[in-house]
This record gives sequence, structure tokens and C-alpha cells, in this order.
Amino acid sequence: MAAKERKLTVARAMAEAMSQEMRADEQVFVMGEDVGPLGGVFGNTRGLYEEFGKERVRDTPISETAFMGAAVGAAADGMRPIVELMFVDFFGVCFDAIYNLMAKNTYFSGGNINVPAVIMTSTGGGYSDGGQHSQCLYGTFAHLPGMKVVVPSNAFDAKGMLTAAIRDNSPVIYMFHKGLQGMGWLGTEAGATVNVPEEQYTVEIGKAATVSEGHDVTIVSLGMGVHHSLRAAALLQEKGVSAEVVDLRALVPLDRDHIFESVKKTGRLVVVDEDYQSYGVSGEVIASVVERDISILKAAPQRVAYPDIPIPFAHHMEQWALPNAEKIVSACLEVTHSDG
Amino acid sequence: MDPTLEQKQWMYRQMLVSRLFEERVEQIYLEGKTPVFNMANGPIPGEMHLSNGQEPCAVGVCAHLNAEDIVTATHRPHHQAIAKGVDLKKMAAEIFGKATGLSGGRGGHMHLFDANVNFSCSGIVGQGLGPAVGAALSRKMQKKSGVAVSFLGEGAANQGAFHESLNLAAVWNLPVIFVIEDNAWGISVAKETATAVKHNATRAAAYDMPGVYVPGNDPDAIFTAAGEAIQRARAGGGPSLLDIETYRLAGHFMGDAEAYRPEGEKEGLLKKDPILGYESALLASGNLSESENAEIKDSAKRAVDEAIEFARESQFSNPESALEHVFA
Repeated sequence: MAAKERKLTVARAMAEAMSQEMRADEQVFVMGEDVGPLGGVFGNTRGLYEEFGKERVRDTPISETAFMGAAVGAAADGMRPIVELMFVDFFGVCFDAIYNLMAKNTYFSGGNINVPAVIMTSTGGGYSDGGQHSQCLYGTFAHLPGMKVVVPSNAFDAKGMLTAAIRDNSPVIYMFHKGLQGMGWLGTEAGATVNVPEEQYTVEIGKAATVSEGHDVTIVSLGMGVHHSLRAAALLQEKGVSAEVVDLRALVPLDRDHIFESVKKTGRLVVVDEDYQSYGVSGEVIASVVERDISILKAAPQRVAYPDIPIPFAHHMEQWALPNAEKIVSACLEVTHSDG
Repeated sequence: MDPTLEQKQWMYRQMLVSRLFEERVEQIYLEGKTPVFNMANGPIPGEMHLSNGQEPCAVGVCAHLNAEDIVTATHRPHHQAIAKGVDLKKMAAEIFGKATGLSGGRGGHMHLFDANVNFSCSGIVGQGLGPAVGAALSRKMQKKSGVAVSFLGEGAANQGAFHESLNLAAVWNLPVIFVIEDNAWGISVAKETATAVKHNATRAAAYDMPGVYVPGNDPDAIFTAAGEAIQRARAGGGPSLLDIETYRLAGHFMGDAEAYRPEGEKEGLLKKDPILGYESALLASGNLSESENAEIKDSAKRAVDEAIEFARESQFSNPESALEHVFA
């Protein structure tokens, strides 16, 4: 029996995940800038303040260093803080608390202290917000051990992965893309707003998903890139190329087996990443195939990633630099040696 | 609020344990590092920051704390750990990198964690304040008893984390006490060339909380000031800042030539050794008899000997165990 369709935006799916967990677990609370009566700059805490009040939905001063550190101390003392870092670009003012404390205290304690905190943070550009409000920084967080990193591409995953993140006893960096969020003031990718069950559920952290099946080339992506990749797959279909699209969903742990099995089937790999190209996600995905068995590849892997430049403001420059369906189509045609 | 006789003797004993422990660590640290000093060699490799001279700060504060209270400590944490009641054997083994250490050798001397007494460290200057604020928030939200104490050096009071954390603790009225151990030196940089105020206690005014300067490196005076701040925090009165004058009798780390110290400073400080001073004061005031003194010294030495022996005799873990405990 099919459940009644109930489409939610990513923002509403996130708020629902938090409110349901807060009802179930008194230790869960939210803090960050403008998460209270405003409901979050990106709408993801809307309604929480009204339901749970100012103690459990805490507006903080603009003091990321202090409140990120406070999340570490509260989590180690038995609470389950969900902390918002409004833009991931702001990590520079609080990174010590994240990568030196939150990510390492379990290790430094030999497993005697857990830090069950969730940092939810917005990523991505494409709307001319300049080079300090448009980055993804997936690779930066995924590079450092001790934190799980998830990147939902749609509202179903957004709810299930946030629920899983809150229940996880390790710190989880939950990176949501502004262009998928469903905010009134910024365009939203239509494919991100999907049917979301009302009941609680989890999406296991560390499991990738094949979101479109194909047999000629595997396109691996995450977040917004998944939607570009799905569009590219449809365009490729018209050209007689069958592309499989894999949504990573989590960067840590990375589902290397899933990637490998898909590439083994198609023999070709294109990685799409809105984060900077070098030393990041795209290189790691390729490495997870070639270091295991290079013989499965029929062509050298390609990547469609953000060039190694700060993100420019001007619309035409930024759009030129961002991944898009056309670039992905070109890369896929390249690896399939097809002239389209 | 003055310490009782029992509290005085407890502070004296804990200071002795800390000092004797560090004297042993200092001695063992040099094994394998002579004639050529190489920090990577010997049974205790790595940086070593001794706290000798600063023991009064730890005991004067921790005399008011229970196991449930939280302490976040610094890169110079031995005296604070010992005063808070961290397991001395496991702590020694951790400093040796042994399997029986607090974290099985994953942390080392700058990363001592003992969940049983709510003790943790960070080796990064000023970064223990936020976690103390968060732990205090946790107690307040859960309506559980307990206060949080964050120890820091005077150099950390110039970090943004200091100012952000004091503000956050004040706006949320949290049971947290920030304790500055002002040893006058940030490695080689003198406080007066780095800090705009004479005493960091005055900075408390910026966050509308009490700020108390405690001169003299005196356990009793520190006990009194800390007692008032901690009592206030326990009663829901919010955060406080303590600014304690103390002295570092050693270098910043072992191997530090201390050439930056003015001539005669070190000799002068050694004459003001706070443990010797406290011993004399306790004996003179009748708070300690000669036989009690001998007994305390003996028991402190035994505790240290047992801990060092435990650490020496403990095994190393398999190196592959480095892969464990990255996640919960």
C-alpha cells in the first residue's frame, strides 16, 4: 500500500528530523546563530523554537569559537547538541574546536569519552554570494579523521541522515546545499523536494545509493552535483550513452565498495564535485577504484570539479566555473570515446 | 572562606605528589636524551611541560571540587590532573605511552582524559574554555549539580576563545569558573609585552562577572578566592574569573634554555618555592606536626613511586591499536 505523498523541502525535512528527535530524547538541543525565533537563516530550524523554547533552541552570540567549543563540552557531558555553522565558509573562526577537540577527544580518551555532536552547515554557491559564502569544503572536513561527514541531495535523505546523525555517538558534519534547501529567497533544485514519510526513520551513514542505473559510464557525485548528473544522464540517453549515477550521500565513511561495483559494471568513471578539484573528493573517489583494480577501467577517469580558484562574485564567472550538466555530458562522452 | 586543617594538609600533600611526580618525570625524561638532546628519544618522548611552581593554583581550586565537577586543563596539566584526582598510575603510563595509560598512549602528556573525574586537556592555548562553558551548560540544562573549571595561562587571555567564552558564560549565566595561572611568560614572551592590562582580572568587567586577582602564589589565598567563586557558581550566581599570580620554576618545556629570563629571576623564584613556603607556614602555625609532615611526605613519595613503577613495567600496545577509537 503506497503511503500518501507528502513532499517536503530539505529545510522542512531537517526541521522535522530535529523536532522528532527532540521529542524522543531530552538531551538533544539546537544552538547556533539565528536558529531561534527566526527559524534558521536557511529555514531548517523553523518551528523548533515555538515547540521547544529558548532553552533547547538557543540563539547564540556570533561567537563560533565559543559555541563550537561548548558543543564539545556539552556532548562529552551527556548532551546531544546540534550546532549550526551558518555557512561552512565560517569554519575558519572555530576550526580548532572542530578538528582538534570534537574530532579527537574520543581518540585521546581511548574511547572513554564520546562527543555525540552534529554540526549542520550550509554549502554551495551559484547565486553570486562571493568567495566567503559559496564554498563546499567537503574535502576539508572529510580529510580530517574523527568526524563523519554526510551530504544529502534530497529531502528523504536529509531527514533520514539527520536522524541518524543525531543518534550517532561520533561527531557528524551534516553539510546541506543551499540550492537544494527550498528557501523563498533562493531558487531550489526541484528534484530535492521529494516524498518524505512522517514517521521517524534513518538513512545509514556510509551507504551510497545508485539513483539512476546505466551500463556505459558511472557518474559519482554528491549534493547538488547529483541533480546535475541526473540531467546529464538524461541528455546522454538521447545520445545513446547509458550513464549510471551514484549519490555518495556520505563522505566519511566513504562507500568505496559501492563505487567500485558500479565502475566494475560500466568500466568508466566521471566524478562530479562542486568542491575544489585538487586534494579532494574527486581524487579520493578515483583512488578508491584505481588502487583496488585498475584493470576494470576502459578509460582514464575524468572529473568535473570546481577549479582551484577562489569563487568569483560575477555571475558569468561563477557559472563558468561551476559544474553543470553540459560539462558532465562532455566528460562522459570523452570517457566513452563517443562523439555524440 | 579559610581552609580547614584537613584541607590545608590535603593541599600540601597534593602539591607534594605533583612535585615529586614531576621530579621523577624530569629525571626519566632525560634518559636516552644525553649526551645529545633529541626530544624523540628516551622512555618519555615528545614535549614535556612541567608545572612545578604552579601547584598552588591547582590545589587551591580543586580543593573545592568533587569528581562530578568538570575540569578542562592545558598543555601544562600535571598539577591540575593530580589535584582533580586523575588516576596517577594510568596518568604516568599515558605519559610513557603505555597500553595501560589513560588512553592507551593515544593522547600523551598534553592530552590527559579521565572520564571518572571529568578531566580533559587540550594542548592548544585557550581552547579548553569553550568545552568548560558547554559542560556547564549541560549541567544547567539537565538540572544536574556540578560546576566546570577551565584552567588557562595568562597568554590564553589574549585568545579570542577567552573573550567569546567569558561572554557566552555570562549571557547564559553558567556555573563555570575561569582560572588564569599567570606565570608571567608565554614561552619566551613576557606578559607585559603581550597583554594590555596589568592584571587579567580586570577583563572580567567586560563581561560583567567578578574578576579576582590573587597575588602571592599562596594556596590559602587561592583557596579562599576559588571557594567564593565556586560557591557562587553552585548557587546559580554565574561565572567568575580568577587571576592567580604564580611562577614557573622550569622552562616552558624541557630543553628550554630560558635565556629570555632576566638575570637572577630564576634564582629568586626558586627561593620562593611555594611548597617549601607552605610547609614552613603549616609547621609554624601548628597546622602540621613534624610527624604528620613525615607521614605526608612518605605517602606522597609512595604514591609517585607506585605510579612510576606501574608505568615502567607496563607493556606497549600493538602499534596497530593506533587504528582504534577514532570513532565512538
